[in-house]
Amino acid sequence: MKIKFNINNKLEDIEIKPAETLLNALRTNGFTEVKCGCNEGECGACIVLIDEKPVNSCQVLAMSVISKKILTVKGVGTLHNPHMLQKIFTSSGADQCGFCSPGMVLSAYSLLKDNPNPTDKEIVESLDGNLCRCTGYVKIIDAVRRTALIMNENITIRE
Amino acid sequence: MFKYVKKAVDKIDGLALVTGNEKYTDDFSFPNMLYVSVLHSGYAYAKIEDFDDSAAKKIPGVIEILSHKNVNQILYTTAGQGYPEPSPYDTVLFGNTMRFIGDNVCAVAAESKEIADTAIKKIKIKYKRLKPILDFEKSNNSKVIIHKYDWAFPKIPVFYDASHNIAAKVEAEVGNFEEAFNNSTNKLQKSFYVSYASHCALEPHAAVSYIDNRGRLVIISTTQVPFHVRRIVSHIAEIPISKIRVIKPRIGGGFGGKQEVLLEPIVALITWRTKRPAKLVYSRKEVFNSTRTRHQYKTSFKAGFQDDGKINAIHLDALENSGAYGSHALTVLSNAGSKTLPLLNKIKNLKFTGKGVYTNLPCGGAYRGYGATEAYFGYGQIIDMVCEATGNDIVQYYKKWSIKSGETSPIFEALGEGKAGIAMTITSSSLEECIDTGASEFHWYQKRNLYGSCSEFNKGKRIKRGVGMASLMQGSAIPEIDMASAYMKMNDDGSFNLNIGATDLGTGSDTILAQIAAEVLDVPVDKFIVTSSDTDFTPFDTGAYASSTTYLSGQAVMKCAGKIKNQILKVGADILGVKENEVDIDNECVITNPRIEVPGKVSYGDICNYAFYQNNQFQIQAEASHVSPKSPPPFAVHFSEIEVDSYTGIIKVINYLAAVDCGTPINPTLAEGQAEGAIVNGISYALYEDYHFSGFGKLLNDSFGKYGVPVASDVPPVKVILIDSYEETGPFGAKSISEININGPLPAIANAFFNATGKRLYRSPFSPEYVLKVLKD
Repeated sequence: MKIKFNINNKLEDIEIKPAETLLNALRTNGFTEVKCGCNEGECGACIVLIDEKPVNSCQVLAMSVISKKILTVKGVGTLHNPHMLQKIFTSSGADQCGFCSPGMVLSAYSLLKDNPNPTDKEIVESLDGNLCRCTGYVKIIDAVRRTALIMNENITIRE
Repeated sequence: MFKYVKKAVDKIDGLALVTGNEKYTDDFSFPNMLYVSVLHSGYAYAKIEDFDDSAAKKIPGVIEILSHKNVNQILYTTAGQGYPEPSPYDTVLFGNTMRFIGDNVCAVAAESKEIADTAIKKIKIKYKRLKPILDFEKSNNSKVIIHKYDWAFPKIPVFYDASHNIAAKVEAEVGNFEEAFNNSTNKLQKSFYVSYASHCALEPHAAVSYIDNRGRLVIISTTQVPFHVRRIVSHIAEIPISKIRVIKPRIGGGFGGKQEVLLEPIVALITWRTKRPAKLVYSRKEVFNSTRTRHQYKTSFKAGFQDDGKINAIHLDALENSGAYGSHALTVLSNAGSKTLPLLNKIKNLKFTGKGVYTNLPCGGAYRGYGATEAYFGYGQIIDMVCEATGNDIVQYYKKWSIKSGETSPIFEALGEGKAGIAMTITSSSLEECIDTGASEFHWYQKRNLYGSCSEFNKGKRIKRGVGMASLMQGSAIPEIDMASAYMKMNDDGSFNLNIGATDLGTGSDTILAQIAAEVLDVPVDKFIVTSSDTDFTPFDTGAYASSTTYLSGQAVMKCAGKIKNQILKVGADILGVKENEVDIDNECVITNPRIEVPGKVSYGDICNYAFYQNNQFQIQAEASHVSPKSPPPFAVHFSEIEVDSYTGIIKVINYLAAVDCGTPINPTLAEGQAEGAIVNGISYALYEDYHFSGFGKLLNDSFGKYGVPVASDVPPVKVILIDSYEETGPFGAKSISEININGPLPAIANAFFNATGKRLYRSPFSPEYVLKVLKD
């Protein structure tokens, strides 16, 4: 059946099956920026924001979030209009294979929205639902820290 | 000195990755596509006596079922290595003998994944269960033979003995070990065990295939080795190479786990038979159980040394659990010796013996470190033990005895990949500086003097602290075997296409290779349009393994860009009306030498336009291939500081520092990222990553949660210091960095444990249970 979902602040017609997970529904309807790393709620690659809170979309039935606002990484920023966080992810080397990046960016985005001036401990804890095997997290944590600093001081960074 | 090299250039795919714009294999779907599910064996060792898929076939939407009944029994190795592969041909795609829990029984292709999964459950199989071998130490002498009834064989002339479960055997000796050992005043004899491990690349293995407009088979795959995939699929599916195109899109991490040809032949056969697109994506459980792992190892060391600490002789005997098939069995085994024994090259008498044995457990394969990780656990502790026994300071010891620039080790020549190796003299090393800088930045001496098992600091304390260190080496590419090539052409706005067979796994090699071309041509990196890993459109490259891409593919790109530069200079000189030797390149232009009276300048864009349209028209283009005569080792020195909770047995790493010599780091940020990722993987492998099996050989912890991939809060402060050397055979002085740093945590943490407690760890992972047992003994 086709149902309207609010995805990235646009109403989208989404074809879903009754018992389908949000992850599956999003991916089969073209939102392939949401990644599937385990389908068991353990890796965070499929994180989307549901009403501004990060959620593993593989653990949520699509039907249960019909009236909610869903944000994928493309709702944070796009290739042609990236968010500061995404630019700094790239310039910090926080992106290796990039498979965890959509979920990682969303977790960090959600943290900085709630808490623009996080401590290192808060940054690390906010990322604990997102696995990354490439970076050892060092440069990811650094990217979030730098984004917070720059956004707080309104420094313009290089494009 | 450099303009585009040794610069932290952003990854050329970076913004596309972090905005979710890039496509990975599972992101490709095609109209009319079939979904594939694979049935894996639930028994460790069994023979299929009866296979009945009639009920499954009747399910509406089931289109094709592949099994031993209808797939030719063609032997191959799943190892994605150069041809002829050094791994034995002991595998068929779907056979009638199941050799481990996770082996392929059959595959179902259906209109939806749900239908395929339902159909799999309807397949009725009668198995004859056989007694499995689940203990690799008992394999060699077991009455159970794993490949007895088959016709497995080695593809290259090496020792292979399936009737004794031996998948691989390596022996090498320099000097005379026995004599030197027997004549030594002090002798040490210790065995060490390392566990299975999963790569845990975040993206599971996947393959999608379709038939193109002209009837050719196209495979999109999560592979580190697209050209090997094309060759091996052609062999198994009996489709000519000319009819196959393999594309690697973005890939979500590899670490060796995707240097294996597993899913591609399945989708290829389904598409070739049905003429419909097909997709197979493994679940995380399938990745854990059915793909490849780090080999389990026992390494036994004998060392004979003098009272002053001089080691006269070392024998490393390695026993490798190859699992059910011998993928990478031989080469991982040789590497366990060839990447460790040359490090302290003043030891005159060295012996390496090793066996890779079959078991009915998951298969080993390539895993970052590739044998070196397994062997450094013991090697690094043996050196620490010798220093401890002879009152040597380990830092100074490594400085004194390690291989230096201008020196060699006979092991380089004695131990190759399934044959003799290649003699090599070290021409670049900053190892001594790495040791000094690392020790100073880590405050090694302050900490070493403060801690210690009998120190005031630790005495009577529940939490004990210690520091440990280890020196390491690896290689850069497989000498005189691996080949990489590059193709470039110029466009009329002064941009360039750079086409490379090299495979970017997320390491950033597309970016690094563009930086190398940019440096040669004095053009910004964003003027390069990089296309990689497409067997139709990029020239051959052996693929992303053996720490080869920067070093080997980088040289191919450098040569290729050099040819382009010569063509540009020629056309530029023609336009400016001067001789070729009177011009230079400068910032996307050709300019006349200072000695020419009337200065002239012409832009790259104008040069390309001239070549396209004006005079003696031609395409400025070039190709180049590269094979390396040597495999220059990168070096690293690792320091760890740990706390041991003597009540709970929990080891906590509180500080970790690595000083690394990768030659010139082409992109320092990406190089650091390689080191940091490898170190964190190495720490978690040392502390908790393991495969737990039931008494029947079933893997019990086959999920991220149960297996225990570290999360951000598990990671200690990790500091990486890059200390350049200049490798003359590498592009702008570069060597490799991707693998070496996973080798350090096992010995560095074990040595720190000894410093804290006075006890040795002989098994990894250092689980709290094991640590408590060691502390009690």
